[in-house]
Amino acid sequence: MINTYLIIVLAPLFGSIIVGLAGNRLGRKASHSITILGVAISTALSLFVFNHHVLNDGDIFNQNLYTWMQIGGLNISVGFLVDNLTALMLVVVSFVSLMVHIYTIGYMHEDKGYTKFFSYISLFTFAMFTLVISNNFMQLFFGWEAVGLVSYLLIGFWHHKESAVQANLKAFLVNRVGDFGFLLGIAMVLMFFGTLDYAETFSQKDQIIGQTLFGGVSAITVVCLLLFVGAMGKSAQVPLHVWLPGSMEGPTPISALIHAATMVTAGIFMVSRMSPLFELSDVALTVVMVIGAITALFMGLLGIVQNDIKKVVAYSTLSQLGYMTVALGVSAYSVAIFHLMTHAFFKALLFLAAGSVIVALHHEQDIRKMGGLRKKMPITYVTSLLGTLALIGFPGFAGFYSKDMIIEAVHYSDLPFAGWVYFAVILGVFITAFYSLRLLFLVFHGESRLDSHTEEHVHETAPSITVPLVLLAIPSVLIGYFTIEPMLFGGWLENGIFIDSSHHAVAKLESHFHSAFSLITHSVMTLPFWMMIGGGLTAWVFCIYRTDWADLIQSKFKRINYVLNSLYGFDRFNEIVFVRGSLKLGNLLWKISDMTIIDQLLVNGSARFARYVGAFIRPIQTGYVYHYAFFMIVSLMLVLGWVLIASDYSFFS
Amino acid sequence: MIALSDYLILSSIVFCIGLAGIFINRTNIIMLLMCVELILAAVNTNFIAFSYYGGDLAGQIFVFFILTVAAAEVAIGLAILTLMFRSRGSIDIDVTNTLKG
Repeated sequence: MINTYLIIVLAPLFGSIIVGLAGNRLGRKASHSITILGVAISTALSLFVFNHHVLNDGDIFNQNLYTWMQIGGLNISVGFLVDNLTALMLVVVSFVSLMVHIYTIGYMHEDKGYTKFFSYISLFTFAMFTLVISNNFMQLFFGWEAVGLVSYLLIGFWHHKESAVQANLKAFLVNRVGDFGFLLGIAMVLMFFGTLDYAETFSQKDQIIGQTLFGGVSAITVVCLLLFVGAMGKSAQVPLHVWLPGSMEGPTPISALIHAATMVTAGIFMVSRMSPLFELSDVALTVVMVIGAITALFMGLLGIVQNDIKKVVAYSTLSQLGYMTVALGVSAYSVAIFHLMTHAFFKALLFLAAGSVIVALHHEQDIRKMGGLRKKMPITYVTSLLGTLALIGFPGFAGFYSKDMIIEAVHYSDLPFAGWVYFAVILGVFITAFYSLRLLFLVFHGESRLDSHTEEHVHETAPSITVPLVLLAIPSVLIGYFTIEPMLFGGWLENGIFIDSSHHAVAKLESHFHSAFSLITHSVMTLPFWMMIGGGLTAWVFCIYRTDWADLIQSKFKRINYVLNSLYGFDRFNEIVFVRGSLKLGNLLWKISDMTIIDQLLVNGSARFARYVGAFIRPIQTGYVYHYAFFMIVSLMLVLGWVLIASDYSFFS
Repeated sequence: MIALSDYLILSSIVFCIGLAGIFINRTNIIMLLMCVELILAAVNTNFIAFSYYGGDLAGQIFVFFILTVAAAEVAIGLAILTLMFRSRGSIDIDVTNTLKG
């Protein structure tokens, strides 16, 4: 099996290296063939691994392959841990990645950096595999940073655009904040457990219970919160979410792959992987849940006022990541992973569909200049519709099961604030339906608002774009129905996730669960369903029935509109406090320590000192030989005299 | 009988004359060289006196060495003087103050 795992991880890396180094010589066709072949091999083997581990109860594979370095008693190795959680992640990552690779052929075919782009996305796939397959914190951190690096490269892929360069810098800096917390968390794990290996850490987790830091703060809470700061950065939770909307400056395929389906879910995966630690601290779990709820609700609200097709989907991603985080907070890790999986499919689908629209309209992204596209782009329309229905949680679709389970899990949670969070996630359903259907209506329905020139040329996009849409639409519709039972209650994830017996959410979910089908029939009697219908109707009213009402509302509620349009002022706050603050601090340090202390006092000061001393001593050097001789004799006499006196006249006695 | 102290007094007188010559002399460098020779002569006298009265020949052998070195030194000194005169046209001590700070 070990060779299988190695090939899964390394095939995309080889593809990336070959195409990255020799892409220009190989040409476009060979470049995309090589990288797609690499990822296709990984996908096929991932399915095989999934079959072996999840469907046939294969043993957990946990082995160090290579010792990277040894410092004292600490072994830092490269190793693989493959359990059901890893196997599932491998399938999701490789499948979405494969779809995006194929899609890229159509999306980027006019771009000069075609081969470079393929090299990057293959490299990303490799990095994501290393992250999910790791068996220790150090390799996890390596993968963590590697996906961050590729994300940075790809956000700034169109580096001739000023906004893209600023967005990738922002993404990099905000992620640094998260990574700093993450690194501190890893350091504390090392401090308390003396090892970075998952299995060894988790096996001695009990010894951290009761330990305190800084006079009274529970150590495990600090560890978990620091690790969660890392997850907040990567999975874009408030207040470290600001980079994700900006990342939409990158090409659409990577928005789908990195900033929706896989990389941003690394934080969710990481917390699930660390479930044995997080289960020890109710405080940390509460923080996780509340942060998730804030993200889910408030980022969803922002989706309503966005007019850029990709930005709407980006805010929806933020909101859905919030849902996953809420699920983590209420100890329903398997539900979070379930939502991660369904979301990966339907959100990748939505992004790729948005990209299809963007390509068809020659890189027009403003939804106010779209409309009525459903007849001209039928495949894109149908797949978008399926993706949207999955996203808003229409009964039967994939998102319905995962979101419903999250809401129910919050309902059953005993944590403090769970009531408020329940309210937030329910309201989130309304908002999700509103912005998703608003997007769908504005783009595909209603009157066409295209300019006449574009109008004539709009047609369905190439097969390399539509085929991945169709292939992603299938799991977006079906996967929830087929996997909910085995995944949440059938023990698919049991060997990767630990839930403390004091947290009942999943157990209660299980006791209320009958079958996937009964959930559909039951749903018409539940609040989330009607919230979704309400959101959908509201969207219909504003976007189709009475389009002028939107402006009316906007002018009536100027203040709310202002708050939403300024994105709650996070960017402004960062600009004022962090950007200008660090600029001021830098200026201060430059003036005081650099200019005054180092330049003036130390460098120029020593020169000045030498000059003063020189001016003082110079007259002694007359240049006359007899003066020198006189000084020599006189000093000799003084020294001799001193020796005589000091030696107590012994010379004479 | 001449006592050891007589030699020492003589040599210190010669030494002081040499020393005074170095300080007071402001005319030319030949005088300087001659004064250095006087000082050396005083030292030699001391060596020989101690050697004779102490019954140790090492002192007198030292004097031979010193005389040889002094001769070589004067030879080099005079050669330098000649060159200096050629380049500057003067061996006046007050002119040779290029080391002035």
